[in-house]
Amino acid sequence: MGLKQNLHNLKKKYEGTKMAPLFNGFHTFLYTPDEVTHNGTHIKVVDDLKRTMNTVIMALIPCLIFGMFNAGYQHYLAIGEIEAVSSGFFSAEFWTLDNFLIGAIKVLPLVVVSYVVGLAIEFVFCIIKGHEIEEGYLVTGMLVPLIVPVDIPLWMLAVAVAFGVVIGKEVFGGTGMNILNPALTIRAFLFFAYPTWMSGDKVWVHGAVERAEEIAGGANLDAISGETILGSLAQGNSAGYSVADMFFGFIPGSVGETSALLILIGALFLIFTKIGSWRIMLSSVVGALAMGLIFNGVVSSGWITESSKFYGLMSTEFWHHLLIGGFAFGTVFMATDPVTASQTNKGKWIYGFLVGFISILIRVFNPAYPEGVMLAILLMNVFAPTIDHYVVQANVKKRMKRLKVKTA
Amino acid sequence: MGLLSKKDAKLITDPLADNNPITIQVLGICSALAITAELKASIVMAVSVLFVLGVGNVVISLMRNIIPSKIRIIVQLTVVAALVIIVDQVLKAFAYELSKTLSVFVGLIITNCIIMGRFEAFALGNGPWKSFLDGIGNALGYGVILIIVGFFRELLGSGTLLGFKVLGDPIEKTGLYAIGYENNGFMLLSPMALIVVGIIIWVQRSRNKDLIED
Repeated sequence: MGLKQNLHNLKKKYEGTKMAPLFNGFHTFLYTPDEVTHNGTHIKVVDDLKRTMNTVIMALIPCLIFGMFNAGYQHYLAIGEIEAVSSGFFSAEFWTLDNFLIGAIKVLPLVVVSYVVGLAIEFVFCIIKGHEIEEGYLVTGMLVPLIVPVDIPLWMLAVAVAFGVVIGKEVFGGTGMNILNPALTIRAFLFFAYPTWMSGDKVWVHGAVERAEEIAGGANLDAISGETILGSLAQGNSAGYSVADMFFGFIPGSVGETSALLILIGALFLIFTKIGSWRIMLSSVVGALAMGLIFNGVVSSGWITESSKFYGLMSTEFWHHLLIGGFAFGTVFMATDPVTASQTNKGKWIYGFLVGFISILIRVFNPAYPEGVMLAILLMNVFAPTIDHYVVQANVKKRMKRLKVKTA
Repeated sequence: MGLLSKKDAKLITDPLADNNPITIQVLGICSALAITAELKASIVMAVSVLFVLGVGNVVISLMRNIIPSKIRIIVQLTVVAALVIIVDQVLKAFAYELSKTLSVFVGLIITNCIIMGRFEAFALGNGPWKSFLDGIGNALGYGVILIIVGFFRELLGSGTLLGFKVLGDPIEKTGLYAIGYENNGFMLLSPMALIVVGIIIWVQRSRNKDLIED
């Protein structure tokens, strides 16, 4: 009589009542169900929704852990207590317990709030609508803490999660029916509702906002910069970080987006397990590079001068765009969301290409917000069904033609 | 209901709930999105439409037998335009600041689909008293939604109601702001008005399942 047996009994006890989905959900989360299907033809597959979700979470875990270290590292670096990393990815300055503790204290509450609020709403809707709990929130709940600034107040996150889950997903009918990626809906809500917490040069490093206030209040502290690379490029300054730093992720940014290396590992893992679509990831990278090359071409042919406010970002070498900002993270973990992306293979190429292309376009031309991947993915989410429609129609047309040739 | 017969009373109560011009017929959405960032503007807009639709319906109803049906739209437009100009001038004379906030949207009452819709659908076929009640009812239905949306948008977006700081002062950090509350800037943007209207529609239809279309 362990937990498993108790759960089996509880499940039996609540069968048929309104609370049944709650116990069923908890039970199948921990154990394989003890009943089997009795009639009809069955195909046995191992990758059910729950396993799919868990695979994505596994791919996210390295980013999360790195994000915790990085939050602490950026904080201590900014107040001048430690030196910058010097010896590659495994620098001793970075992987310290102090760094991790600060990061964990700041990041874990984000994870907890995201899951508690999101799952509570899912449970309530399951009980009202009387269907089984869907695992759709598992990945969203992990993505959300990774794409927000580390210092965001928890109540704001809770409000945003409630909005994103209800308006972004449940009104459309729950998991699998949503038009927009829920994690990005949550982030977009935060961005438009509380812009002072979501953009600017101070929010991305823990403690930077308070410190700036203290300095403004007359305290004798060294001013610190928590500016992201995109932020300084947009103002026409140099990036201030080496390419290795960008690739390894020792840069300011939202919790999980900084390390291109770990995102790449996550991407390979998703492609290897066939959870994420390599077509979307690849075509998105191609799209971003294409847009980057166009901008580089514009700069090198002298069409804009250095006084232009777009010069800084336009003259950034085209492949640097893949390493800075949230592009890599968005492409790998959000553009590939199987619900909101295009479903057809040809559609995936078009969808992915446009995500990359528009990301860099917005990144360069939107002066208020030097990052475009969130808006680009949300925009393409809306167009994904249209793309699919035309791909399917084109195929129908092609086959109709073949049919006519044969019959004629 | 001594004053009104049951049938007449329905003309007023129906548009307030189960036949609401905004949430059921989905008319007049543009002004509901554009001017509801402040409660005061919503109320003035609601009152203006109440005047235009109430008087306009009576006028059209009185003229219904002499309007040639080929040019009836032009006649209707003339009536609305005349009434809207009256409203506009009154606002400019007595509430100049507010008329600036509402800007073109007072003039755009002319194109508010609810008004032309009621003229066409009701006033052209019914007597003046009934048309008056119908106009009042529909304008109230429109106004109620406007005021609900305006209430939530101003409260959550600016922390004020009719200009009073009900949640405390965001700059001096009093009231709710002392514990870290912040205004929701999204509420001031028009897309949020659409979402608020959507939520009202959702609540209304889940309370009355008959309203759900297939």
